[in-house]
Amino acid sequence: MANTQTMCTSFLGELMSAQHQFGASTITSRTSLTSPTGDTFKGALYLASATMNATATVYTATGEVSGTGYTAGGVTVATATTPLTSNTSITAGVGYVTPSANFIYTTVTLSTAFDAVLFYNNTQSNKAVSVHTFGSQTITAGTFTLTQPSNTSSTALIRLATT
Amino acid sequence: MAIITTTKGDMDESLLEKREGNVDNDHEATTWVEYWLEGELVHRSAHVTLKQPATFAGGETASFS
Repeated sequence: MANTQTMCTSFLGELMSAQHQFGASTITSRTSLTSPTGDTFKGALYLASATMNATATVYTATGEVSGTGYTAGGVTVATATTPLTSNTSITAGVGYVTPSANFIYTTVTLSTAFDAVLFYNNTQSNKAVSVHTFGSQTITAGTFTLTQPSNTSSTALIRLATT
Repeated sequence: MAIITTTKGDMDESLLEKREGNVDNDHEATTWVEYWLEGELVHRSAHVTLKQPATFAGGETASFS
């Protein structure tokens, strides 16, 4: 078993029904016709023995890390950055967004090796967005930080591209 | 002197053996630091920067033909 870096397939469909709100709050029809509400996104860590991949539809505690200082469900990640788009030709382009803050798990002890984070929408019933993998890690009375990549059309954390 | 959070409580860095390492490849840039006390790992932190984003590539539209 292994984790696989990928966009969660369910996320693609959910985008078409406006179920995810990155950046400034602009969607007024979901909960209020007058007061836009943003979504809260979170990052949960998964053991190297887990199987997070494109079939993930929601956050699950199965395979999630556990240990001193770690709260099930992971940490909240600010997503204040507004999604951007860029055309690469008359038929292709890319939409992209990167959370505006890093994933930081402060003063934790995670003794069993982990190698993935599930990025998910806590506000919208914990719907899955994407899985990101990295080299296997353990943490001992320390801090684990996942630094966000630069928010560009080629490096942003989340990219939707037409070709 | 820096104070390090350890499994034994906060300790002065000078009392500990420090080990550092890094991984830099196409997928990630990672650094880690460990502090050891008399052969026992008492602190380990890691810092990962992802280089390859999760990408969906292949959006298509159907034609009316």
